Amino acid sequence: MNIKIAVIEFAGSNCDLDTLHVLKNVIDDVEADLVWHNHFKESKYDGVILPGGFAFGDYLRAGIIAAHSPAIDEARIMLDDGRPVIGICNGFQILTEAQFLPGALLRNDSLKFICKWVNLQIVNNNTAFSNKMQLGDVCALPIAHAEGRYFTDNLKELEENNQIVFKYSTEQGELTKEANPNGSLENIAGICNMEQNCIGLMPHPERASEAILSPKRTTHGKLFFESMIEFIKQRLS
Amino acid sequence: MDNQEFEVEITLMNKPAARDPVGETIQKDLLAKKGYDMVFNVRSGQFLRLKLKAADEIQAKKIVEKMCNDLRIFNPVTQNLTILKVSKL
Repeated sequence: MNIKIAVIEFAGSNCDLDTLHVLKNVIDDVEADLVWHNHFKESKYDGVILPGGFAFGDYLRAGIIAAHSPAIDEARIMLDDGRPVIGICNGFQILTEAQFLPGALLRNDSLKFICKWVNLQIVNNNTAFSNKMQLGDVCALPIAHAEGRYFTDNLKELEENNQIVFKYSTEQGELTKEANPNGSLENIAGICNMEQNCIGLMPHPERASEAILSPKRTTHGKLFFESMIEFIKQRLS
Repeated sequence: MDNQEFEVEITLMNKPAARDPVGETIQKDLLAKKGYDMVFNVRSGQFLRLKLKAADEIQAKKIVEKMCNDLRIFNPVTQNLTILKVSKL
């Protein structure tokens, strides 16, 4: 079984190569291509990742111009037929602006670009990007963003549909205000669609998949990508 | 005849429920500290000035409204769109 994932490159993406590296060299059972956003054709792929960085200068709002890219029309076909569509950081911003995911990502409440390691509690482990974790597990990943404050005017629906996947927490898994780096509503760090095949998150699993990159030698980021592969295997079997 | 030229000015502002740390910082850390403590609220936003061809002012406004809605120039989850003025060039 050849599982193939596309990593989309927008004008300004800068976590594309890191993501490609993890897929190709760190985890097993997957092939991956870097694809320029205008050239992306969904039919060749079992899943797609919109990586972090910037897109089109993030002018107007982070993600809005990329949300009108032809790659998003292709990704929408994958979304609708249940293949995994993952957005990391800027990719998450693009997914909300393209309305694959509800809500929006606003400027951090500190107004600062924040680059640091945070802890994430897993609050939904049924999704295409979290099925290798246990509920309540805490993963260490870095964030690097200026617009990561998750906001929705419909929190109740999100909670009722179990669409909150990751929350910022302490290392012990406590959901405190101090553990929330950017002022996100309810410490939300990542969410999914109702079908659970589309996930967006602000932290960077591709920067946390190898011990050499992690301050505590953790490799929690691998679990996210392995979840994606597992989801695809289940889907194809 | 769509050959008259108009200028349309719009603002995009965070909705009241979405915090605006830019406005809060200007009010709290600059105005209030420098003696302008009668200013008790500041909201920041984005401003766009568009020049376009249309038949008349009503049509110019309609084009801009439709464009902003169709292309999500403003994010309806977090922002309100205000058309400040439409004027003939």
